[in-house]
Amino acid sequence: MSVEATVTPEEAPPVMAGDDTPPILAVEGLAKQYGGRIGCADVGFRLWPGEVLGIVGESGSGKTTVLNCAAGRLAPTAGRVLYSAADGATHDVHAIAETDRRRLMRTDWAFVHQHARDGLRMGVSAGANVGEPLMALGARHYGRIRTAAGDWLTRTEIDADRIDDRPTTFSGGMQQRLQVARALVAEPRLVFMDEPTGGLDVSVQARLLDLLRGLVTELGLAAVIVTHDLAVARLLSHRLLVMRRGRVVETGLTDQVLDDPQHPYTQLLVASVLQP
Amino acid sequence: MNIPAAMVEPAGGRDDTYNFAYLDEQTKRMIRRALLKAVAVPGYQVPFAGREMPMPYGWGTGGVQVTAAILKADDVLKVIDQGADDTTNAVSIRKFFRRTAGVATTERTEAANVIQTRHRIPETPLRAGQILVYQVPIPEPLRFLEPRETETRRMHAHADYGLMHVKLYEDIARHGHIATTYAYPVKVAGRYVMDPSPTPKFDNPKMSECPALQLFGAGREKRIYAIPPFTTVESLDFEDHSFTVQRWDRPCALCGARDSFLDEVVTDDRGGRMFVCSDTDYCARRRDAGHGPEEEEA
Repeated sequence: MSVEATVTPEEAPPVMAGDDTPPILAVEGLAKQYGGRIGCADVGFRLWPGEVLGIVGESGSGKTTVLNCAAGRLAPTAGRVLYSAADGATHDVHAIAETDRRRLMRTDWAFVHQHARDGLRMGVSAGANVGEPLMALGARHYGRIRTAAGDWLTRTEIDADRIDDRPTTFSGGMQQRLQVARALVAEPRLVFMDEPTGGLDVSVQARLLDLLRGLVTELGLAAVIVTHDLAVARLLSHRLLVMRRGRVVETGLTDQVLDDPQHPYTQLLVASVLQP
Repeated sequence: MNIPAAMVEPAGGRDDTYNFAYLDEQTKRMIRRALLKAVAVPGYQVPFAGREMPMPYGWGTGGVQVTAAILKADDVLKVIDQGADDTTNAVSIRKFFRRTAGVATTERTEAANVIQTRHRIPETPLRAGQILVYQVPIPEPLRFLEPRETETRRMHAHADYGLMHVKLYEDIARHGHIATTYAYPVKVAGRYVMDPSPTPKFDNPKMSECPALQLFGAGREKRIYAIPPFTTVESLDFEDHSFTVQRWDRPCALCGARDSFLDEVVTDDRGGRMFVCSDTDYCARRRDAGHGPEEEEA
């Protein structure tokens, strides 16, 4: 299957981007096999600056595999991931040297894990957690690092006086907000989120979603969000990719996919949502 | 060198049922190869096939193996433990090498050409031609923040050292200043971040541009690393919290030195204590030269 054929007609640049804007992230013919099993196969999508793409599907459908491959954390069996840096250069994420890939991950990208424990250092204070990406980029002024950490705690609705407390003393929702602060402090251009609201109760979820939506809009971030929760997808994402058994079964604008699902699986997924 | 002969216990008395310096020749060759690599890549931890030594881990098995590998019959060996020549560990290791290698030994820093040390660098400046061998318990400076060896190796490979400053950040956040006083992380030759073994940070400046060769052996962790002579060793810090060494508000109670590292010694069970030089050779030599406790301290 050619690369062009994986791009569906719905995948036009969003209105806010000009016609000549290159996608910030282009995933082409991505496949990942775990031994004989298929993690994902023949996945392709493009993401433009300022756009949020949701990947939905049931457990085991390959959402996280796609996200990890796209984020350079997992080497795909086939396919390419192309990233356009701010200076216009395009990097083939899995072909460049590991040092360069790690630098991209530090400078341009951020990753928000489903479990805050995977994305935080539980043994050091909240301030150190938020400050670490800055120090990794070479910040060597304690006062400025601390000010930036304090700012970001406030922006993610954590009391600034908790700056010296360890994340172990935080609630689940606070830990997740702390993870968001840590991810965004170094001003990335592209954020990958794996079930950012998983494991949180609904009211805490709502606050986090509100926060994420605000920050993504305010900072003009491009984001890929994996979720099994269609409500989360509807709130945050502009476009949706529906996955099943490692393959993309439907793509389109979020409202269009959720209000008028075409594929039988998507119809089932939408119909399965419980209405309180 | 004009060293009085009385200061050096001459060579001889080797028990020749042991191979020279205890280890067999193939093992010494393997360790020398690791040492060459370590010197070629300053600050990089070279794995080596550490042997069991007739002493427990934590007593200097790494340092002893390095010393055994570099020792020649005409070397003069000095062994210090926390700066002192007369503590159990120092005396035992010195006896060990007298018995297995029959080398001359000394307490004089400038008379020795191989100095094995635990936790201190002598106050007497080292000179070219000398080798300082450190005993290292935990060679990995990133270990307490990143427990995975695979990950710390990768961080070294990519010079991804943001984490090291996280530790210093935590110190300042908690104590208001960098409270790390020993095993203070350094960057060697602008590349590898290294744990200078549990030497007090007081000694960190002596490591930089030192004319002597500095070798580090970690026996339990089986790692060797090195600082070649005249290599820049920089202690990590923040622009607004710069690296400083310990200072004492009093001189040594025995020799009156104000420029040396002082140990606190408890003298009785009623709260009596005194501060004396940890480097016994330096302290004794100052007293021989007529220095004594300062008047205002008496």
